[in-house]
Amino acid sequence: MAEPFTTLTSLPMPLIRGNIDTDQIIPSREMKSTGKTGLADGLFAGLRYTAIGGRDPDSGFVLNDPHYADSQIILGGANFGCGSSREHAVWALAEYGFRAVIAPSFAPIFAGNCVRNGILPAVIDADAITVIAKANSPITIDLRAQTIRLDDDQNWSFPIDEEAKAMLLEGLDAIDLSLKMAADIATWQEADRAKRPWIYLGAKQ
Amino acid sequence: MRKWRLFLPEPTTLFGKLWNSHAVAALPGGGTLLAIDRVFLHERTGASALNSLAEAGRAVADPARVFAVTDHIVDTRPGRTDKTLMPGGQVFITETRAAAKAAGITLFDVNDSDQGIVHVISPELGIVLPGCTLVAPDSHTCTQGAFGALAWGIGSSEAEHAMATGTLRLNKPKSMRVRFSGALAKGVTPKDMIMTLIARHGAAGGKGHAVEFAGQAVQALDMEGRMTLCNMATEFSAMSGFIAPDTKTLAYLEGRRYAPTGENWDRATQNWRQLVSDANAAFDTEIEIDASAIIPMISWGTSPEHSVGISGAVPDNASERPLEYMALKPKQKLAGTPIDAAFIGSCTNSRLSDLRRASALLKGKTIASHVKAICVPGSSRVKREAEAEGIDAIFREAGFEWRESGCSMCFYAGGESFDAGSRVISTTNRNFESRQGPSVKTHIASPETVVASALAGVIADPRTLQDG
Repeated sequence: MAEPFTTLTSLPMPLIRGNIDTDQIIPSREMKSTGKTGLADGLFAGLRYTAIGGRDPDSGFVLNDPHYADSQIILGGANFGCGSSREHAVWALAEYGFRAVIAPSFAPIFAGNCVRNGILPAVIDADAITVIAKANSPITIDLRAQTIRLDDDQNWSFPIDEEAKAMLLEGLDAIDLSLKMAADIATWQEADRAKRPWIYLGAKQ
Repeated sequence: MRKWRLFLPEPTTLFGKLWNSHAVAALPGGGTLLAIDRVFLHERTGASALNSLAEAGRAVADPARVFAVTDHIVDTRPGRTDKTLMPGGQVFITETRAAAKAAGITLFDVNDSDQGIVHVISPELGIVLPGCTLVAPDSHTCTQGAFGALAWGIGSSEAEHAMATGTLRLNKPKSMRVRFSGALAKGVTPKDMIMTLIARHGAAGGKGHAVEFAGQAVQALDMEGRMTLCNMATEFSAMSGFIAPDTKTLAYLEGRRYAPTGENWDRATQNWRQLVSDANAAFDTEIEIDASAIIPMISWGTSPEHSVGISGAVPDNASERPLEYMALKPKQKLAGTPIDAAFIGSCTNSRLSDLRRASALLKGKTIASHVKAICVPGSSRVKREAEAEGIDAIFREAGFEWRESGCSMCFYAGGESFDAGSRVISTTNRNFESRQGPSVKTHIASPETVVASALAGVIADPRTLQDG
């Protein structure tokens, strides 16, 4: 179960490039165990360290800029999180301390993985992201109001579907929610089994 | 007239039918609890999902409908064992094996005769069927939409959800139809069709949509070609891609191990005949592409949207970062660019028909001496069938390595890779930075283009080649 997300104030870290893929967020070589932890060191490893497999920070990469050391928000480019479906990308972001990514668009599997792990994927347009990056000062995300506020004059609203919002706000576990509907599922399967018996491989056909 | 209209069902898209037939319940907030018919795991994420489920004290609801395979990090060199070139990789295999056993699900293990890339073996075994929903924690699950299934990639948490409940919680995406009219020219393949779509409409062009591929050029494809087309729907950012089942689909599936038999086959095929978009069904988005105008495609940058026709050049306005990474310049012609390596394999292009077409062009020829070339069949079955036809000998004699099946060097997991900084032409689906190894420059293309380039030692147009 993820930590609830209500409001978040943080200096956002700009990583505004199109098509930041999950290989960049966590390279496959950094997925060293079958668990969900121990991934923060591998976050953006290909960009963050000077050599593959090494741990010497590349001072040119924004994650190593001390100015953004406490940042909990990433400002991204279009199609953020494309590529492999690996949830490790989101586990690595969460373990490192990120709670939100703001981008003009997200790859669908990545956005779903974010919500399941208490990270907000917020969509606003690229121009607004440029304004926020230029301001280089803390912003406040209010999930209930669906707003991102830079200052009194500059704030933006972002869309999010109701279920994702509720899951993030309350840190809900989707499996728990669905298991409460076990009776509905059983009824549906019974009717479906009569219609499509070939789907149910364990049963005698 | 008006009176009768009330009784006529609303024209529905194929996607609408797939969705509606799996809708268990409406969720508060507008979502749908959608029934999931099949779950497929692989060793890279399978143990993680199964162990996490077990730790939470939850069971796999229906183990007979959950499958797993070792494909992602298994060694593809001959005589393989659980040992893998990826440091620490073996544990993914052994833990997936243990977790699959504990959960009671079917595993196609390292040296199983049915082992292979998940999206190659699922159709081979008749696990994917028309009209079914199938999910896997692998983005290229959309490949299996070629069978008229709704198949898509998910994360680990959703895989746990699907296994524990037999459902997923989803918001219905919009529907899109991409129609390829006309016929493909000789030497042009389904890989070139999907790369053309992504080059024209962008890597996020399918965002928020479920995409039906239709039209004359799609109907003309065999099942393996249809799989190549659907494979890269995820590179288009679509939820999935799929094609209405037809007689080719049924002919492919009949007699496969998990396909229905006897009376159930008859009932199933009757049901599957309904799986078409009704005439006049409305799509949220429609795209038309003249297939006869498509030429072989090649990527120049670090996203599949960075692609042009093989006779084309890097765009004048290409952004700096991909150009710097790929060591190319604006307006530079792609053809003639020297390559260091060639790769034929992956869930995109590693099936028997891909290897047949590639070997027909390779026969009696030798690749350029400086090119490291590898062919990795998509499944153990593909490998056996290719060997029975002598295809392995043609590849070997031409200078290719011939491997055991698996995902292999489609991605770098810390083990085997192409040389740092080398330029590779590859039948895979992703040309991301360092995808195939540290600083490796990947150009994605069809098997034909990979063969032509391997022979020439430079990126080359396959249409100039004659069958050997």
